[in-house]
Amino acid sequence: MNAAKTGEGKVTNILVSGIGGQGVMTAAEVLSQTALSQGYDVKKTEVAGMAQRGGVVTSHVRFGRRVLSPAIPHGEADILVGFEPAEALRWCGQLRPGGVAMVNRLRQEPPVVTLGLFPYPDDPVGEMRARGIEVHAFDAGAIARELGNLKLVNTVMLGAIADYLPFPAEILKEAILARFRDSKPALVAVNEQAFEAGRAAQAAV
Amino acid sequence: MSAVNPLPQPERHFMSGNEAVARGAWEAGCRVAAAYPGTPSTEILEFVATYQDLYAEWSVNEKVALEVAIGASLAGSRALCAMKHVGLNVASDALMTQTLIGVGGGLVVAVADDVGLSSSQNEQDSRHWGRFAHLPVLEPADAQEAYEMTREAFALSEQFDTPVILRLTTRICHVKAVVVPGEREERPATGFRKNPARLVMTPMNAGYRIPLMLEREERLRAFSEITDLNRIEDGKDPRVGFVTSGPTYLHVLESFPNAPLVKLGLGYPPPMELIRALAARVEHLVVVEEVEPLLELEIRAAGIPVHGKDLLPRMGELAPHVLRPAIRAFLGEPAAPEPAPKRLLEFTTPVQVFPRPPTMCVACPHLGIYYCLSKIKNTQIAGDIGCYTLGAGHPWNAMDTCISMGASMGVALGLDKGRSEADKDKRVIAVIGDSTFLHMGMQGLLDIVYNRGNVTILLLDNSAVGMTGGQEHPGTGKDIRGLEAPKVDFRKLVEALGVKPERVHEVNPYELPILFKALRQEVKVNDTSVIITNQPCVLTDRYGHKPPYAVDEEKCTGCSNCLAVGCPAIAVTRRETVVKPNGSEKELTFVAIDSAACTGCDLCPGTCGPEAILPLAEFSRAGARL
Repeated sequence: MNAAKTGEGKVTNILVSGIGGQGVMTAAEVLSQTALSQGYDVKKTEVAGMAQRGGVVTSHVRFGRRVLSPAIPHGEADILVGFEPAEALRWCGQLRPGGVAMVNRLRQEPPVVTLGLFPYPDDPVGEMRARGIEVHAFDAGAIARELGNLKLVNTVMLGAIADYLPFPAEILKEAILARFRDSKPALVAVNEQAFEAGRAAQAAV
Repeated sequence: MSAVNPLPQPERHFMSGNEAVARGAWEAGCRVAAAYPGTPSTEILEFVATYQDLYAEWSVNEKVALEVAIGASLAGSRALCAMKHVGLNVASDALMTQTLIGVGGGLVVAVADDVGLSSSQNEQDSRHWGRFAHLPVLEPADAQEAYEMTREAFALSEQFDTPVILRLTTRICHVKAVVVPGEREERPATGFRKNPARLVMTPMNAGYRIPLMLEREERLRAFSEITDLNRIEDGKDPRVGFVTSGPTYLHVLESFPNAPLVKLGLGYPPPMELIRALAARVEHLVVVEEVEPLLELEIRAAGIPVHGKDLLPRMGELAPHVLRPAIRAFLGEPAAPEPAPKRLLEFTTPVQVFPRPPTMCVACPHLGIYYCLSKIKNTQIAGDIGCYTLGAGHPWNAMDTCISMGASMGVALGLDKGRSEADKDKRVIAVIGDSTFLHMGMQGLLDIVYNRGNVTILLLDNSAVGMTGGQEHPGTGKDIRGLEAPKVDFRKLVEALGVKPERVHEVNPYELPILFKALRQEVKVNDTSVIITNQPCVLTDRYGHKPPYAVDEEKCTGCSNCLAVGCPAIAVTRRETVVKPNGSEKELTFVAIDSAACTGCDLCPGTCGPEAILPLAEFSRAGARL
């Protein structure tokens, strides 16, 4: 279950990948703030500029006793959070052996694919598994839609990794809900549902 | 629980390097800060502007920003200007002479190099300016150092009577890390002191100042040897000793924790004796610098055997995944620390997936413009820097050049004046955004008018510096803090530059027939024309969303005209090849609109012959299937 857990003193490396506008940066920020609240040293890359325009977005979140380089060295990511299947496949080589990938199955094809210039991989999740990666793939988009708001994908994905962190899942959940409690209290309950749905979804696959 | 760093919460802030620079400047008592937005430096001034007790401005360009900072410094205030690497090219005219003058209040030039080309037209090494202008260059390794060195830079500036360059890279600017800040010190302005011999750079006065500048550089060189900014860190593996500057310090520590190294915080002038001391302790000295071999050449010139760019790339970031294999190969070691099983290698092999280049946004006001440009034949289109540079890509392919801020103007005139016989009927068009036009395009337009250029200029006014996140500029009517400000009237401005009133059109870019008509008409006229589009960037509050559209499947004939708009909300649902009565084959492409993303901009319905694109509400009423 806790295959990706790292011991104290080690640096935990989480790579969040997706597309501009999907909430990759928000998810990385919540993770970082939560790790910060647990007393860790934390570094997080922020992508700006052209990546906002529907391009590839990744964020490296690293925390531990002391974090040096802000870039996760290749092949050392403990967890890959893929907001989109092809984006998960693109970055899966960054995982360490034994690392896990949480993948949202909701496909988002860019214009170069819809125009027929490039093919979309037939089975990105299958390709990742063929490489020997432990993949937990589920349709976070469908879960979010069922709960009434596609923006909840973010919370679903965070729920999915909550049991793979070196601190209890409840701490991450509380950090997410606290963000809404002050500004949008009406969204607290539905975010809690989304978080738990993500936790359950990854455990089921 | 894992409370590994039990520092009290309030002392630990989580900041980007840009925010840390802003914090450092504010704490240092900086009173005036100016910048033009540019990735990755933009947020420095945005964060500075959140502090109320100093003056902050978006300047029209980096040269003006630096000149404002110079004036404030001469008035006795600590002053900061910030820019991206290419911005310092623009500002360098002022920089190269200000180095002769020195400073009043501390003067810091924060320049952010886009190492790795995340959003820039080139990759430059701004450390060159230190050597070129005989100025000290501070190079932080992370956000905490960015904060500390910004404070240090102001002090150094006043101590040595010199502007100071604070050299940042994308990995500093856009990485958030833990910063422990301090308190603001008040630094009242000390007043402007008239001194023409020092402040008026006539040839004679400049001649007196040059030896003083060179003497200052020698004092800085001596200081570089003794300052805490530069140091040797010991390590127990003496095979390779590293010389590091800026973010490469942490990449080296991560990659080779046991290697001795020199950490340079003051990278120019470099402390050659300190480097010599490290060289004496190790078998090989390797310089790890982003991106040019500046230190390497100086070290070699000082007679110290050194490696650098013979082992490491001359472009991009020198992160652990680049450093480790290069140094291991140099030492004759396998690529991984231990022999890796085959499966491990497979595991970490990069995967080839389709490219996902940035696209224009759903309903972007530039979409209709590029739709029209892509339909006009025999054009040569000089482009410029901004979101609209994406018009060079699919599906429009409607931009032929992009060089530097404002270059579309001069390049278009040059294409017109230098045209070959074969190109005599080509229509020369320039495309430039509102902020880019104000930054460096106005002078070019004046040159086109003055020299009777046959150029049609598209001035895309979307009331924002779009690419960097929608900042204000003199055409938006607001200042950096969102307060009301005088607003440029673009029609009056271009008329004042000499464009004839009948050659200026203001067009709503969502009204395709009108836009088309204006464009077709003006490219035929042998004169300078300006077509100004006037709808706001969709990512700003100025944009108003309207009810979305959807595609009626039964009416869609698969003609794919709407795909030529290039809106990301329109997607292909299926393709079909049909045989026409004359026997020829035709490819049909059927589409759907993502109604959740569509903002009802009304652009694509105008491209749909069979009128299959209808308001989503009509489908709901009819209960029709989408």
